[in-house]
Parts: sequence; C-alpha cells; structure tokens
Amino acid sequence: MRYVTRKVVLFVLTFWAALTLNFALPRLMPGSPLDAALGNLQANGVQVTNAMRDAMAAQLGGAEGNWLSQYFSYLGNTLRLNFGTSFSFPTQTVSHTILQALPWTVCLVGVTTIIAFVLGTLLGVYAGWRRGTAADSTVTLGATLFSAFPPFWFGMLLLYVFAFKFQIFASQGGYSPGLTPNLSLSFLSDAVQHSILPAVTLTVTSLSGWVFGMRNNMINTLGEDYVTFAEANGLRSRTIALLYAARNAMLPNITAFGLSLGAVVGGSVLVEGIFGYPGLGNLLYIAVLNHDYPLMQALFLVITVSMLVTIFVVDLLYVRFDPRVRREVIA
Amino acid sequence: MRGLVSARGVNVVYEPNRGARIWSVRDVDLDLAEGEFVGLVGESGCGKSTLGFALTRLLQPPGRLDGGSISFDGTDIASLSGEQLRAQRRNGFALVLQSGMNALNPVRTIGHHFGDILKAHARDGDDYTRASIRRRGGDLLEQVELKAEVLDRYPHELSGGMRQRVVIALALALEPRFIVFDEPTTALDVMVQKAVMNTIKSLQASQRFTALLISHDLGTVLEATDRLLVMYAGRIIEDKPSAEVLTGVHHPYTDALLGCYGDPRAEVVQLHGIPGMPPDLSTTGGGCLYADRCALARNGCRDSVPQLAPAGSGRVACFVRAPAPNARSKSADPQTEGQR
Repeated sequence: MRYVTRKVVLFVLTFWAALTLNFALPRLMPGSPLDAALGNLQANGVQVTNAMRDAMAAQLGGAEGNWLSQYFSYLGNTLRLNFGTSFSFPTQTVSHTILQALPWTVCLVGVTTIIAFVLGTLLGVYAGWRRGTAADSTVTLGATLFSAFPPFWFGMLLLYVFAFKFQIFASQGGYSPGLTPNLSLSFLSDAVQHSILPAVTLTVTSLSGWVFGMRNNMINTLGEDYVTFAEANGLRSRTIALLYAARNAMLPNITAFGLSLGAVVGGSVLVEGIFGYPGLGNLLYIAVLNHDYPLMQALFLVITVSMLVTIFVVDLLYVRFDPRVRREVIA
Repeated sequence: MRGLVSARGVNVVYEPNRGARIWSVRDVDLDLAEGEFVGLVGESGCGKSTLGFALTRLLQPPGRLDGGSISFDGTDIASLSGEQLRAQRRNGFALVLQSGMNALNPVRTIGHHFGDILKAHARDGDDYTRASIRRRGGDLLEQVELKAEVLDRYPHELSGGMRQRVVIALALALEPRFIVFDEPTTALDVMVQKAVMNTIKSLQASQRFTALLISHDLGTVLEATDRLLVMYAGRIIEDKPSAEVLTGVHHPYTDALLGCYGDPRAEVVQLHGIPGMPPDLSTTGGGCLYADRCALARNGCRDSVPQLAPAGSGRVACFVRAPAPNARSKSADPQTEGQR
C-alpha cells in the first residue's frame, strides 16, 4: 500500500507544480494578450483609442491585484474548469472549445497510437525471434524506410494520391461540410471516412519506433540465461518466444507506450493541420497564431494533466506486469 | 566400451560476423558411463562450458558444431533438430546453469516454471492439472531441500542458493539420465557452495544419473567426482580417476593447476600461478598448445598434436609424460588437422 500512497502524493505534488508553472510562464513572457489584441486591430487598419484600449482590457478581464491574489483566483478558476473566453472563438468559453475538439483528437491519435503500438510490437517480436533471417531483414528494412518519412510529407503524399488524384477520400476536415456532429451511423461513417488518411499517416510514421525498440529488446532478452535454460528444458518454441522472451522484452516498451498515450491529448499539430482536422493539435495551432492566451493556457494545462494522469496510471499498472516492482509494496 | 554419452571428434567453432573464427573445442572424444560422475576443469576460456553446451545441444550462434558425432544412449543427437531434439529432452539430457539471477524467468513464479516444463512434454494420458503440477513441483523442490511454498515465489524473492536449488529441481523435472552442471556453485558463497554440492552429490548417488560437473575449482570437483577430465585450449589433455589426481603422473598443465592451490594447514603457503597466457584459439597450427608455457617442452612438442595415452592410472596427452604411443600418433595427426 505504501507504493500507492507514495505515488498518489507524488502525483498531487507534480500536479500542483504543473499548475503553478502554467500560471507563471505566460506572465514571464514578453507581451500581453492585450498588446496582442490591439496589435491585431492596428494591423487591420483600426485606429486604437484609449477608450478602446480600456474597453478591451475590461473585456479580457485582465490581471487585477498582485501576483498572489491572481495566483489564487487562477487556482480557483482552474479547479472549476473556468478558463475564460477565447479570443479566437469569442462566442464560446474555452472549456467548451476544448471539449468540442477533445473527442476528435482522442479518437484519431489515441486509436492510431494503440494500433501502432500493437502492430509495431508484434512485428518487432517476430523480427527479433527470427533474427538474421530474410523475414527479419524485410521487417527491419521496411521499418527503416517508413521511419524516414516525415509525417507532414507523408500526409501530403497521401492527400495528393488519394484525395486529389483518385478522390477516394476527402481532403479536409473531420466530417463533410454542412453536417452537425452527432452519434448517428451516417455521421460516424462520414467521420471515419475523413479520418482514414490522417490515421494512416500517424500509424505508418510512428510504427517503426515500436518495431525497432521491440526487436532490440527481444534480441537482448533472447541472450538471457533463462531463455537458454528454457530451451534446455525442452519448452515449446512458442512458449519460449512469447512467455519467456517477448513477455520480458515488452517491459520497457510498456512505459514508453504509457508516455505516448499521455501525449495523445497534445494531438499532432502538423498532421491535424495538414488535414484540417478539428482536433486539439489544430486548436493549439490556431491559438498560437492568434496570441490566444486563455486558449493556449488551458490547452497546455490539459496536455500536462493528461500526461501526469497517464504516468500515474501506468505506474500503478506496471506492478501487474513486473513482479520485481512489487517488492517495494511489501517493503 | 561406449557409454551412455559418447562423443567422437567433436569440434565447436565460433564464427563471428567479423574477426577470426575461434575453435573453442577441438577433436574431443569423450565417453561417460551410465551413473558416472565426471568432473571437467580448466581455466576460463578453455572451452569447458562450450563442450557442456555442445553435449546438451544448446550451442547458440555464432557457435556451432563443426564435425564430430555425439551419441546419447545410441541415438546420434548431433544431427537432430527442432521437435526431434526437443523430444529427446524428456528422460534425456539436461543442463544446470550457473544461476546468478538469470537462469529463471523474472516475471514467472517457480510454480509456473514447473508447469511450463511439464506441459511442454505432456504425452497422451498425462494429466497436468494445476494441483498435479503443484504436487510434482513440491516433490521436486523437496528433493533439493526446499519447501513447497517456494512454488508461489518469484525468482527475485529467493536467495542465490535457493535459486540454484530451484534450477536443479527444474532440471530434474524431466527425469534426465544425463545432467551437465555448468559451474553450479560459482556465484555462491563458500558455505552455500558446500551445501549445494552436497545436494548434487546425494541426488546423483540416489538417482544414478550420469553427471558432468564443469568447474574451475579443482578442489570442489575432486571431492565430488569419480573421474576428472582436464581441458586446455579446447582439448582434453588428461583423464584420470579423481581419487588418484593428487598422486601419480600428470600432464604438466595439471601439475601447474595443482600448484595453484595451497594447503590451508601449511605454515607457509606457496602458490604458483601458471606463467604465460592461454593460447589464441583462432590458431589452427599443429603441436601441443601448452608448449609455450611448459617448462618441459622439447623440440618435438610443437610438431604435432599429442593424443591421450596411458600414463600411470589415467591418460595424458603429452609427449614428455606419455611418450610411447604419441610417437605413433605423429603420422595420424595431419589427417585430423586436414579436416579443417
């Protein structure tokens, strides 16, 4: 139980540190949301008057009081999920904007991360088990080739071939224009149809990391004495490959998988951008372009928190995969 | 007479992707009788473990058998592979590895280890339920003086001595007739070493399996075994009843090995190392490979490879200590070298 308690305390502490950093960083950066907004207006040829300036400041609900009182009102607002109004989408609250984009990213990037992990791990196990054979060379060569594709380049290639040349898939967006997101079958199939190209891009370009990692771990594990001893005892090669070699080779990859699941919520700025996908990555891009501080701050917070939560969950689950960690539980 | 295990002209070569090939075991002939307990000693890198792995068909690339035959109870096992080889491991030959942490799968309980082995060799009519596996595992653990509760433990929850005992119990699960013990006590402290060796000795005495004990510790081997084999640079250079090793005629290398041990009761202990370095095993030249370190080396020693020949109560491969038959073997020698 001490293991869990320690992990919970650690989680709360890091969570607080992340919140505080998120508060401090924008205030340490040069420029302010007000300057940015006024700059925008000026750039569009609007003459900025003092009255406009004051009105703008009031509308942005700018900083009142000293840092300490700002800090506590920030903490309170954050815990109530009140992130204010975004500049980019003035008719919605930030929470609403983020909640709209979240499912798109979680479905697209989450599913592709899982597919890439499962597929990559299987290929890596296979290549490692058949190390030195033609099958191994084929897998390794293929993975090397795909790992050399930059995601945005591969995405554009797919767009050109499948959306422009052959027009099999839609080129932009998460669903056809004119539809309203709902859970009907026709809408879902439309969404899936739109998500195939970005999904393929993300899967193909992130697959090779898992393949290489797993293949190398597998080869290391196959050199372990317990594999030789299992062979000496005449275990079936399937048992040795899966329960002795792959089972142990997977341990480092489980942690890595947890981290990449945590990073899912950050979306993929480049790929979502290329496909005009209505996810968090695209939102982040828009926020940065518009100096949209409330949106940015909230997005960073969402990304940090989901990362922390995933690490926390993986830490707890890891105990199930590696009995050696359990020793701490007993101690 | 051919024994339970019989090797003829066994060569093992390591072929790295780059660099020289290493002949780690060279033209080894070996006969082990049913129920015999034989020791195999030599310095690090002399090929003793490699020979043990070859005899149990566990060589891993880049090492491989390069010629020679190994028969187990009349079956040539050198040419077997895959399922046929796997089938031979039930009531066949087993290997007990030196167990630091690593001979046991860290994420499986000891009970699972037993289950994996027993299920892998289940035949029609065998009924391996959870209960029967636990019963059998408990019995085997009892044979190595461990309690059945060890079945529920993970390897990291056991001490080094307990792990070594578990490895022995696992090797016994298939009721092998021949067991190679590869440095079974090396990683353990002296007291535990003694206890584990006693267990091995009493198991061998009661179950009468043929055992080959590989060790660099001459004292341990002499205490436990019936017969001693000394290996140098991939060849067996002496073969003698263990009881007579402390007396009689020896290969000069064995003399030097014996000089490395002190008598703890002596007032002044004088230890002698062996001068020089072990030879480069990528060389294929003829001649006695010990000649460069040997005080007795003469002109003819580097011309051809000495063969095992009777000397005193055993056999020695030395032109000086067992001269007569080796004079004849000179002519036969280019032939064996010609295989490469």
